[in-house]
Amino acid sequence: MADASYPEDLKYHPEHDWARIDGDTAVFGITWFAQDALGEVVFVDLPEVGSTVTKDQSYAEVESVKAVSDVIAPLSGEIVAINDDLEGGPEAINEASYDGGWLVKVRLSEPAQVDDLLDRDAYVASLD
Amino acid sequence: MPFAGWEMPVQYVGVKDEHLAVRNDCGVFDVSHMGEIRTSGPQALEFLQRILSNDVTKIAVGGAQYSVLCKPDGGILDDLFTYRLSDDVYLTVTNASNHAKDLAWFRQHAEGFDVTVDDAFDDYAMLAVQGPNARRIVGELLDAELPAPFRIAAMSWEPAHPADSADQDVPVELLVAGTGYTGEDGVELLVAPESAAALWDAVVAAGAAPAGLGARDTLRLEACYHLYGNDLSEDRDPIGAGLGWACKEDTGFLGCDAVRDVRAQGNGAHPDGLKLVPFRFTDKGIPRPGNEVVGGGVVTSGTFSPTLEVGIGLAYVPVEHATPGTPIEIDVRGRVRPAEVATRPLYKRPA
Repeated sequence: MADASYPEDLKYHPEHDWARIDGDTAVFGITWFAQDALGEVVFVDLPEVGSTVTKDQSYAEVESVKAVSDVIAPLSGEIVAINDDLEGGPEAINEASYDGGWLVKVRLSEPAQVDDLLDRDAYVASLD
Repeated sequence: MPFAGWEMPVQYVGVKDEHLAVRNDCGVFDVSHMGEIRTSGPQALEFLQRILSNDVTKIAVGGAQYSVLCKPDGGILDDLFTYRLSDDVYLTVTNASNHAKDLAWFRQHAEGFDVTVDDAFDDYAMLAVQGPNARRIVGELLDAELPAPFRIAAMSWEPAHPADSADQDVPVELLVAGTGYTGEDGVELLVAPESAAALWDAVVAAGAAPAGLGARDTLRLEACYHLYGNDLSEDRDPIGAGLGWACKEDTGFLGCDAVRDVRAQGNGAHPDGLKLVPFRFTDKGIPRPGNEVVGGGVVTSGTFSPTLEVGIGLAYVPVEHATPGTPIEIDVRGRVRPAEVATRPLYKRPA
């Protein structure tokens, strides 16, 4: 498992999700803190491409041996891609939660919602 | 993680690694949360025969037996192992969350018997050393031959380092039982709490991987061992729970009439027609306790099997769906997942 890290270039949702914003699209994933709390991820249930996600609501499930966790959407939009590699290699969420462990790519329906998210320092402060 | 008042590690390095260490090598669990009740006296046998479901006369000195503690209506108060330490001294190991209830039950029903029922909870810490190399590791540590499976023996341990013996009597007296909860060979060590940490350290230094409650649960579920509170409760009788083999109604145990009536139905199910079966998922997903079985029934234990790499569990299903191989469907939080009733155990070490 990787060491704790919270990249500067991401936006964070208090429910331990991150968003990498690129214009009107964003990639979502769960933070180091979330994967550490879950333990080894063994199963990921992602939505289908074309479905919509709503900010602050669950859009996926991530399961470890011991627990299942809802994944909360940090922003609203339509799924344009999902990380198919997680089906055969869900441990990527533990090993590279901000990289190979990404979950979905979303075309944002309300880009202004980004202003509601936390920057790195505010998120890290919330973990104390 | 607080568990029945104990601070217990769910995991040390990770559930999967700990699980596989036990399957392939050796792991050690601190199971000191398990309780113990010592029953002694001239009528210890008669008394235990009255309250335990199995035939207690079959336990030789140095032997062990699994049984169920039943209410008069057949409901399961606990499932437990009883060891015969000497002619008229028995030690019964209780589940942590049931210990106080069990002890009160023992004492209440001991009236009229010439027995002494002692709460031995504080007398023992318990380490379970499990896996194909467990016997070798513990055997070398104790420098002695270990009791066979389902046997128990009083043994002693001479700590190798003086520092290990600073706070304790040397040699350390302990009970070694050839039992476990993982489906692997191994032993359980009952030792005075003040010696437990040194013994733990010695077992780990000899090569056992520390393992937590998470791996204990995945291991026992692959082996299809019941967990009280999940698969067993006061609302369930031993027949439908698949524990009819541990009930000998002819001994006249408390609850025997109710158990006899359920058994007489002949289908191995509860009176409501539900029966506990192991199952495995045939596609994606992980079952969890409380998931409903489509068409009736409920999952009582469920997890991801690190050995089989699929979702597995135990579920109460209608008896007509209880035959191994029967396809069933489990509603996992609104998503229907295909599964198949399996034979027990779900995992068995290849011969």
